[in-house]
Amino acid sequence: MKSCPDKFGDTARLESGHECRTAAPYTALTKHPMLARTNHDESARFNFLTHLNRYLSGTLGPGNKLAYEKRVLPAFREEHGRDPEHRYEIRDWMNQDPFHRMWSALKRNSMEMRQQNGRSTVLRQLDELDAQARQFNEHSGQLELDPKIEQPIYQTAVDIHCQPGGYHGEERPGDVSAGANYDVGIFATTGGALGGLNDGGGQAVVAWAKKERPDWQPRRILYVGCTVGHNAVPIAAAYPDAEVIAIDTAGPSLRYGAARAAGLGVRNIKFVQASGEDLSRYPDGYFDWVQTTMFLHELSAESMPRLLAECNRVLAPGGLILHVEQPQYSPEMPLFEQFMRDWDAFNNNEPFWSAMHGVDLKDVMAGAGFSKADQFVVGVRAVVDRSIFPAAESEEQEDYGRAAVWNAYGAWKPVAKELAA
Amino acid sequence: MTEGIDWIARAGAKPKGRRPAFFDDPAVDRLLSLTMAVVGEVAVLRERLDTVERLLDAKGTISRADIEAYQPDGTAGAERGELTRAYIARVMRGFQQEVEALENPDPPIMDWVEKFSK
Repeated sequence: MKSCPDKFGDTARLESGHECRTAAPYTALTKHPMLARTNHDESARFNFLTHLNRYLSGTLGPGNKLAYEKRVLPAFREEHGRDPEHRYEIRDWMNQDPFHRMWSALKRNSMEMRQQNGRSTVLRQLDELDAQARQFNEHSGQLELDPKIEQPIYQTAVDIHCQPGGYHGEERPGDVSAGANYDVGIFATTGGALGGLNDGGGQAVVAWAKKERPDWQPRRILYVGCTVGHNAVPIAAAYPDAEVIAIDTAGPSLRYGAARAAGLGVRNIKFVQASGEDLSRYPDGYFDWVQTTMFLHELSAESMPRLLAECNRVLAPGGLILHVEQPQYSPEMPLFEQFMRDWDAFNNNEPFWSAMHGVDLKDVMAGAGFSKADQFVVGVRAVVDRSIFPAAESEEQEDYGRAAVWNAYGAWKPVAKELAA
Repeated sequence: MTEGIDWIARAGAKPKGRRPAFFDDPAVDRLLSLTMAVVGEVAVLRERLDTVERLLDAKGTISRADIEAYQPDGTAGAERGELTRAYIARVMRGFQQEVEALENPDPPIMDWVEKFSK
C-alpha cells in the first residue's frame, strides 16, 4: 500500500513527495451514524472536487503571484509611480488580470459544485436523516433549542461559504439539512486533509492543551460558534470529566451536531442554541475554558468586541480563552499575501473575513479585558492520521486561508488580578 | 426519496449574496460553470468505470449493488486518486501552461521569424 507520511512529523520521510498530492478517497471518512450516505457517484464527485481544490491551490495558485509580479505590479507602478499601499488596491488590479479572473472563477465554481453535490446527497435522504436525528436528540438530552434566539444579521445577510440557507436555514421546519450538508462536503472544501471526522482542528487544540498543561482538568468548557461540533466534540472526548457546552445561534446545525455527537458516543457535550453576544444565562467565571475555532471571522466589527467581553466575563480566573483563526494581517505580512488571504471575503461570502483579519486581535482582546501581558499567539497544525488522510501539497506552500495550519490567539486569565478586583 | 421536497431542484438553490462577475461577458461565467460541471461528470464516469473494472477483475461478474457498495482499499484509493489527478492535469493544461509561461515568458514568435529571416 502506498503510504503518505505526515510531512511535518518528526519521523516524516518523503521519498518523492509524489503520493502526497493524492488525497484519500471520500469513502475513507468515518461513517458515523448521522453522516449522510453517499452513493458511488456522489462519492466520486467529492473525490473530483477534492483533487480539483488541491490542483487550484497547489498547481495553479502560484500563477497568481507570477501574474502580480510580472504584469500587474509593473503596470500599477507605471500608472501610480508607487507600490500599492493596501490589499484592496491589489485586488482592484488583480481582478482585471485574465489569469486571476479565471482562477477565481474556477475556485468559485468548485465551491458551488460542492454545495450542489452535498445538498443533493442530503436532500434525497432527508427523511431518514431527520428521523435519525430526532431519535438521537429525543433520548440523549444533548440538545437544547431556544426558538427565541434571533439570527444575527452577520449570519443572514449572505449565505456564508455559499451554502444555500447558511447554517441556520431549513428546507422544512425542524430539519437537519444545513448541518448534514456542511458535514458531508467539508472533506472536499478542505482538500480531504482534516481527517476521518473532519476534526483535525479540534484535535490540534487538544494536542496543544495537553502538551501545555498536561495535568489540567477543566470542569466546564464553553465552545462558542460550534456549528455541527467538528472541533468541539474532540475536546469533549479528550476531557471526559468536563462538561462541554457548545453554543450556536443556528438551530438546524445544532440539531445535526447534537445527534452527530450522540452517534459518536460522546455524551459530555450539550448543544445549546444561544448567542455568544449574550451569555447572561451563565454567571461570571462559570467556565474554565472558552474556545472558538475559525469563528471570529463570521461575526462583525460591532459584535466581536461584545462577544469577546462576554467570553471574558464567563471565564473563571485561571481559565483559558483560545481562538483558532488563520493568521492576522500584520504590518509584516506582504500586501500580496493579505490580498490572497482576502479571497474568501469577496468570492466565498465571508464579508467580515477581511476586516477581522485586518485588525490587531491582541488589541481587540485587550479591549475585552484580557491584558496584553497575559495574551499569547501560538501556531497549531491539524492533527490528522496522515497515513490515511494526506496533507495537501499546498499546506507547505501558501494556501492563503484554506490550509490546515492556524494561529491560536489566547490568554490564561490571571488569578490574582481577579481576586484583587 | 424525501417526501415533499424536490431534492433535485433544491440542491441547486442559489446562495444568498450577489455572485461576483469574473468576466466582462456574463456568458463566459455561465459557460465556465457549464464546462466545469461536465468536467466533473466525466471524472465521475471514469471513476465508475474503474469500479466496474476492479469488481470484474475480482469477481468476474457484478451487480449495481456491488458498484454502489464498493469502497476502495488504500492502494486502490491511491491509484484512483492518481487517475483523477492526471485527468485534472489534462483538463487544466491550458491554465497550467499559462502559469509556466508567466514564469518563463517567451517573446512573440514573430521576433524569431524575423531574426531567422535576416
